[in-house]
Amino acid sequence: MAAKIISLNLKVWRQNGPDKKGALENYRLENISIDMSFLEMIDVLNEKLTVEGKEPVAFDHDCREGICGMCGAVVDGIAHGPEKETTLCQLHMRHFQDGQTLTIEPFRAKAFPVIKDLVVDRSSLDIIIQAGGFISVNTGSAPDANGIPVPQHKAEQAMDAAACIGCGACVAACPNAAAMLFVSAKISQLALLPQGAPEREKRALSMVQAMDKEGFGNCTNERECEAVCPKGISIRNIARLNREFLRASLLSDEQG
Amino acid sequence: MQLDAKIPEGPLSEKWDRRRFENRLVNPANKRKYEILVVGTGLAGASAAATLGELGYNVKAFCIQDSPRRAHSIAAQGGINAAKNYQNDGDSIFRLFYDTIKGGDFRSREANVYRLAQVSNNIIDQCVAQGVPFAREYGGTLANRSFGGAQVSRTFYARGQTGQQLLFGAYSAMMRQVAAGKVTLFPRREMMDLVVIDGKAKGIVCRNLVTGRLERYCGNAVVLATGGYGNTYFLSTNAMASNVTAAWRAYKRGAGFANPSFVQIHPTCIPVHGDYQSKLTLMSESLRNDGRVWVPKNSGETRDPVDIPEEDRDYYLERKYPSFGNLVPRDVASRNAKEVCDQGRGVGETGLAVYLDFRDAITRDGHDVIMRKYGNLFHMYEKITAQDPSCRPMMIYPAVHYTMGGLWVDYNLMSTVPGLFVLGEANFSDHGANRLGASALMQGLADGYFVLPYTICDYLAETGYNMHDTNHDAYTVAEEHVVQHIDALMKNRAAGKKGLQTVDDLHRRLGRILWDHCGMARNRDGLARALALIPELRQEFWDRVTVPGSGQELNQALERAGRVADFMEFAEIMVQDALAREESCGCHLREESQTEEHEALRDDANYAHVAVFEYKGEGKEAALHKEPLVFENVTPTQRSYK
Repeated sequence: MAAKIISLNLKVWRQNGPDKKGALENYRLENISIDMSFLEMIDVLNEKLTVEGKEPVAFDHDCREGICGMCGAVVDGIAHGPEKETTLCQLHMRHFQDGQTLTIEPFRAKAFPVIKDLVVDRSSLDIIIQAGGFISVNTGSAPDANGIPVPQHKAEQAMDAAACIGCGACVAACPNAAAMLFVSAKISQLALLPQGAPEREKRALSMVQAMDKEGFGNCTNERECEAVCPKGISIRNIARLNREFLRASLLSDEQG
Repeated sequence: MQLDAKIPEGPLSEKWDRRRFENRLVNPANKRKYEILVVGTGLAGASAAATLGELGYNVKAFCIQDSPRRAHSIAAQGGINAAKNYQNDGDSIFRLFYDTIKGGDFRSREANVYRLAQVSNNIIDQCVAQGVPFAREYGGTLANRSFGGAQVSRTFYARGQTGQQLLFGAYSAMMRQVAAGKVTLFPRREMMDLVVIDGKAKGIVCRNLVTGRLERYCGNAVVLATGGYGNTYFLSTNAMASNVTAAWRAYKRGAGFANPSFVQIHPTCIPVHGDYQSKLTLMSESLRNDGRVWVPKNSGETRDPVDIPEEDRDYYLERKYPSFGNLVPRDVASRNAKEVCDQGRGVGETGLAVYLDFRDAITRDGHDVIMRKYGNLFHMYEKITAQDPSCRPMMIYPAVHYTMGGLWVDYNLMSTVPGLFVLGEANFSDHGANRLGASALMQGLADGYFVLPYTICDYLAETGYNMHDTNHDAYTVAEEHVVQHIDALMKNRAAGKKGLQTVDDLHRRLGRILWDHCGMARNRDGLARALALIPELRQEFWDRVTVPGSGQELNQALERAGRVADFMEFAEIMVQDALAREESCGCHLREESQTEEHEALRDDANYAHVAVFEYKGEGKEAALHKEPLVFENVTPTQRSYK
């Protein structure tokens, strides 16, 4: 059985640098196999542009199996495109129609400046982790692993939160460009585990402070983040973040 | 080239203790005077950077991605081994050591592998303390699963995302050191050359991938943790940017390259389905715990797999290897898949696939239990193929996955260039000719958390903390060399040549040559043919490659071109190594050297050595050196998993 083939009209955001003006450009692609991934479709476009002597579209990507969190673009207004719980690299062309027009834009947020075309700078997410997204345990000072029992359901909930790949789609989808889902996933993971307890208050206060400082907005319960999250991170984590933050603000003797 | 492995004297179990005692130390107040460059931020690089920072050294950490959290360690699915013996099933440090050295078909060093098994337990402790959410039993203790090549249950896991969770542990430990001012991050940087002054590694030249500018960094030591070279084959399970460049440039500055032909072809990957395909996706080996591998008994079978009755199925691994069954090591599973497909019993559109079936496991344990173990893998499979593995068997086929070869290092993880240390997949040290499942994560973290921080100390104490700055001539020379290389990659389009080809086109052709002649089965004629084809293709690459844009900006085509240029050179020593090793061992099957049952037949009399290649200059043939492997604690035997 030969693979089914479709044609597409693409409108792709082209921007030659952070300070340059960008615009949508039109491209026509024929003979796209529906078994291709979305990024392989962009590869085909880029090969075509290269052969024509034009500049290919810059886009971030690496593992192409939905785990590294490097890829991501807004497709027809939806971060990572129309399939639920799917990164752009795992979105396949069988979900599109022959002759369809697709608009492809970068993740947009004040804290994510465009570097080139679809490539944005997400280093502000690393800065938030530096503020407290860790447990302070030096190499060599850990007790025996089974000395810290963790109830199975707590470990599972922590794992649900820890599955965040840090792609930033939640920020791109949020009308406030908030990073609350990202921050809450890390805070939840560590708040649910006994290992995270000693730094619980400090962590909540300083990560939220870093988030504000990096120019991310706040949550107004739009739930857009949860809708686009490729890993299905629940906004319950944001509720937990709010509790952790409030608890730390009221009870803590630590300064964030 | 001197190959002194510097293995400590004494009984196996005391060697690492002795080395730690013999090593000179740097006193805590002096550690802050040292600068260490760590290239790569996967499990090995991030754990090393974090630990060195905690100890008080100043660390600069470099990665090609936008964030260190994206390194390809993240994609490891199944788990990490340790000799905890929590299951009380007879595991021990010696058993983990023995399984690993046997799994590697007796082509690794006893002392290194034993140390790996020794520190494996510390790794699990460390990761749990960091908050890695490993799977748990109801009582709150850690759960284990089984992996290939072992008859005990020693693999710790976090669903099908163990690599991700371990990387986040190491990444967050490193980020803590960034906040503490001990580690400085340099993301979106690619190492273009190693700077060697007075015979010692002293710095690197990087390309800033955003601005295109070349940058110089100096240090008292350089640590490469830049991963494997599986992408030489174009199609592999590696991330798109995984490359050999840093290792290859170090090779050209004097670092020996060991066992380049040892490439693991992983048995359970989603089969190739089209020319446009950019990568292959792995389905974790852990699936073989519950999935049963089979093909139809007869070639020409046309029925749907769910309609094929039991008597017409051949569960060939269970039939041939009753004691290990579906959990034979990867090389054995891959070769058998190829064999049944060569017999015309392969399935799917191309006939290059076998079934991995969960029907019996779901009947036995229930759908929920199986989904809890493998839900995300089933989900991933369904995304790519539009088929649900809980209703019909997966189709899988072997794909290039991991490279056991890498830069040669001694017991202290130092290469043949003093001051250049190599960790994780980038070195050759622990897996011999075949790596067992769940051992890559173990080795990466062992090197970074528990080995390098001790061994680097000895080197630093010896050489002192005085540094040359980056104005030294050696940096200028290295940088000029990089500039010429980039100009050469961009010259064809500038000259408006005809018949230009894209980087990917040429890379795909290189991959085809290697897959056909230096893949799962190798023979003298095929390898000789590849040795003739590679230089031709390399010439064509330089004559015809087209790279759009300029070098002074973010230019992903230029990045790829640079990496492929290095693959084109590296491929040659890979094939030379495969040709010179006229025995079969682990992943390396020479068709001329097989048992009657088509298992790999080693030749210990002539090939119980590490093959190490030395760069002899542009256009000159590499020199082959040998480090003999001595076995005092185990007796190399014909591996049997029957």
